[in-house]
Amino acid sequence: MQPADLSATDIVAAIRQGDLTAVQCVEAFLDRIARLDGSLNAFLHVDRDGALATAAAIDARRKAGRPLGALAGLPVAVKDALCTADLPTTCASRMLAGFRPPYDADTVVRLRAADAVIVGKTNMDEFAMGGSNENSAFGPVRNPWDPARAPGGSSGGSAACVAADMAPVAIGSDTGGSIRQPAGLCGITGLKPTYGRVSRRGLVAFASSLDQIGPMARSAADCALVLETIAGHDPGDSTSLADVVPRYTELLEQPLTGLRIGRVRDHYADGLDPEVRRGVDEAFAVFEAAGATVHDVELPHAKYGVATYYLIAPCEASSNLARYDGAHYGHRAKPGEGHRAESGGRRFESPLVEMYCRSRGEGFGPEVKRRIMLGTYALSAGYYDAYYAKALKVRRLIRQDYLDAFQKVDLIGGPVSATPAFRLGEKTGDPLAMYLVDLYTVATNLAGVGGISFPCGFTKGGLPIGFQLQGPALAEPLLLRAADRFQRLTEWHVRRPERIA
Amino acid sequence: MTASAATSEPYTTVIGLEVHVQLQTRTKLFCGCSTRFGAAPNTQVCPVCLGLPGSLPVMNRTAFTLALKAALALGCRIAAFTKWDRKNYFYPDLPKGYQISQYDLPFSSDGHLEVTDPKGGFVRNVGIVRVHLEEDAGKSMHDEAAGTADSRIDLNRAGTPLCEIVTQPDLRSPQEARAWLNELKLLLVYLGVSDCNMQEGSLRVDANVNLHIPQPDGRIAKTPIVEIKNMNSFRSVERALAYEAVRQYDEWQATKAELGTTPKQTRGWDDPAGVTRAQRHKEESSDYRYFPDPDLVPVTVDERQLAEVRASMGEPPAVLRGTLAAKWRISPYDADVLVNQGRDIVAYFEDVATRVGEGKVASNWLQQDVLRTLNERGESIDAFPVRPEALADLIGRVQKGEFDTSRGREIFAEMLASGRSVADVVASLGIAVVDDADLVALCRELLAENPKIVADVRGGKEQAAAGLIGQAKKKNPNVNPAKVRQTCLELIRAM
Ligand SMILES: [Zn+2]
Repeated sequence: MQPADLSATDIVAAIRQGDLTAVQCVEAFLDRIARLDGSLNAFLHVDRDGALATAAAIDARRKAGRPLGALAGLPVAVKDALCTADLPTTCASRMLAGFRPPYDADTVVRLRAADAVIVGKTNMDEFAMGGSNENSAFGPVRNPWDPARAPGGSSGGSAACVAADMAPVAIGSDTGGSIRQPAGLCGITGLKPTYGRVSRRGLVAFASSLDQIGPMARSAADCALVLETIAGHDPGDSTSLADVVPRYTELLEQPLTGLRIGRVRDHYADGLDPEVRRGVDEAFAVFEAAGATVHDVELPHAKYGVATYYLIAPCEASSNLARYDGAHYGHRAKPGEGHRAESGGRRFESPLVEMYCRSRGEGFGPEVKRRIMLGTYALSAGYYDAYYAKALKVRRLIRQDYLDAFQKVDLIGGPVSATPAFRLGEKTGDPLAMYLVDLYTVATNLAGVGGISFPCGFTKGGLPIGFQLQGPALAEPLLLRAADRFQRLTEWHVRRPERIA
Repeated sequence: MTASAATSEPYTTVIGLEVHVQLQTRTKLFCGCSTRFGAAPNTQVCPVCLGLPGSLPVMNRTAFTLALKAALALGCRIAAFTKWDRKNYFYPDLPKGYQISQYDLPFSSDGHLEVTDPKGGFVRNVGIVRVHLEEDAGKSMHDEAAGTADSRIDLNRAGTPLCEIVTQPDLRSPQEARAWLNELKLLLVYLGVSDCNMQEGSLRVDANVNLHIPQPDGRIAKTPIVEIKNMNSFRSVERALAYEAVRQYDEWQATKAELGTTPKQTRGWDDPAGVTRAQRHKEESSDYRYFPDPDLVPVTVDERQLAEVRASMGEPPAVLRGTLAAKWRISPYDADVLVNQGRDIVAYFEDVATRVGEGKVASNWLQQDVLRTLNERGESIDAFPVRPEALADLIGRVQKGEFDTSRGREIFAEMLASGRSVADVVASLGIAVVDDADLVALCRELLAENPKIVADVRGGKEQAAAGLIGQAKKKNPNVNPAKVRQTCLELIRAM
């Protein structure tokens, strides 16, 4: 039995029944990582020894007849934006190179308590800022379907490692599409839950009011399995939701008869790739065949989503990233020539200011600096009302659009991205073009609702096409059930990149 | 009554205060770390107050309730909805790069606190602009003098809950400012909101001051407002303001510079030198880029919650003064002295007064003996060796005439030194209480030995009896002189 061929659900069952040991399972995935990741660069850190030790302990406990957690023996790859007490946590930034937090993120605590095995930390855009994974300080991730192409971002490492079967499931985070877009470009399934459904404690903040952790896997059923473990109220996160966590895995069976799916006309604007459009249309047809009905809906303010997002997110980021100043931890510039030192033609008013400027200048990459500057500018006296305050107003309108739309339909369907995976370097020279990769995904975060993306076809060139469903707040059971039903009727999610397999 | 304005100064001093008080909570405002003062540096910290990546704040309910108590006692309007804002600036004692504070929607505003000069000098009702909650920064210790330009940072204090109280510019003299601060401190200590210990940094004051100078043409010239910092006692606040008023008047006479012509100046008080000095101008530091903290949820306050807080507040000092004076028939001045000493002294007083059954005598003993001793020893009442029941016993015996007041003081001193009861001290000092039969026998003896005095008294010169008292003391040092006198007179009258 090849563990890499099994679903996460099957792996957990096999280990529980003794058909597979946790060590065999973890070893199989670690071997694939050792074999494949040299070219894909999906991992920033692999914890071979730790993972095998954890797996051995789980096997010993099973042998002794002691109780096992819900994910016992399941290898999980964790985005490097989540704090792990025993592993480096860098956010793919030079600023945090080698940084080891003294505590585990709430999600990591829950995974460990469920006896999941953390195999490593995945590559990402620096501080989750980007849509291609090219903003990593430690090199881009390559798309397993075509190594010349980007996996998307920012959770590109998590998406690529699942697509290449280096881990059956991975944890990502989504601020404007960072789970759904790379899942779409890598042909896997990724869920961004409702804001507050999964605790943010220990997730290195990018934009606090938008950030949300979620599962990435090969199927909706596997996402349901992982979400059951990581969702739930955390008194340590004031924005986490107190609602009871449903048994997502047990709510997948009900058919889709009578389900109303909305289709947004604006999604079919000029930029939409024809092959993506064909894939999306075929997906709607599959849902109709499954008993759902499709209705046109309006999200009148969604077209301002990207502009709104690129004000709110940088504003929050400019403040969230102020702590990386070289004073307490992380990268600190070597002392300069002192008070009157010049650097790049610049005089510093004090050694302290010089230390701040040079540490941040050296530690952050260009995209992070760009967003810190955007946010600092937009929050400045005299600009606040014109930018930040106005963006908050538009955000409220977008949220209202969703509330109105969900009066008419149960879910909203459409493309995840306008194009399939693009070439590495294709958009790096044009930040604005790069920002548009979030076109179909940012509004979900602005509205605080949930969304799931999964493969709905392939281009002639063999690249995956992603479909996105968005639901009202706390509609995860419905999102997962609809995606799971789609995957029972199609086989797109089972395809593997040939070069890898 | 504005006494200060009535002085000979050709101007009015206009003062507003900004007071930061540390709330008396066990833990910090947004994490579970202890707020205990004096721990080894950086031992009371966690990922939240260190600002580590991924850490999140969670509001301390107790801190919010204490702040509500303070605001209600200051007569403030409580906002039904309040939020947290980030004040962004870089400094090494601020590990997150921002302070969590309250900007445009403070939890309370529009209050007042009146201060009365017990000597009748002034009554001043000072408006409160706002009271808000925020977290404290850490402490930096600069060592640039050592040539290394190293600074040491202690983050134990980072995240400690602070209440910021901003007054209207309603104070009119340095004396008023000091008296008002005393009243504020008294109130906050009574409420258990803060210990207001300035030495430990749990109360900090900045003052804004300028002068209003009447001109010959009837116009009032206003000098530029100066903010004074680094004052570490209420006495320094008074001194700094007094110095600053004179300095501003001199500067006015030299420059005629008025409010609005120069940017607001910050001056630091140099206590040993007794002067204020201009502080380095912080360029562009005023743009804090405030915005709502997305990690925290807004706080709502309802009537039920306010009622609960009100019910737990007890009488504020201003009310207690009146209550005490009426209940125990003591003068407003005496009530003021007692109340100003704090809730524990008032409790001690009421305990003694209840046991003795009278306020005035208890108040006298408190003020003349207990408070004086506490001042001399620098002690607080809870560690005072003479407990209320013992003091009441002593006062009762003096009132019964077992011994006179000066002997009572001796016994009090010994009780203080040894911590023993009245009875034990009386026994150990050999002060046998003279019973009535012994006293009568002693007086008969005296009268027999002093026929001249007896004759004088009978002749109408009662004061002649004084000659008997010295002799009585020689026969028995424990006799009460007043009782000897009274007994002798009665015996002579009965002859
Ligand atoms: Zn702490």
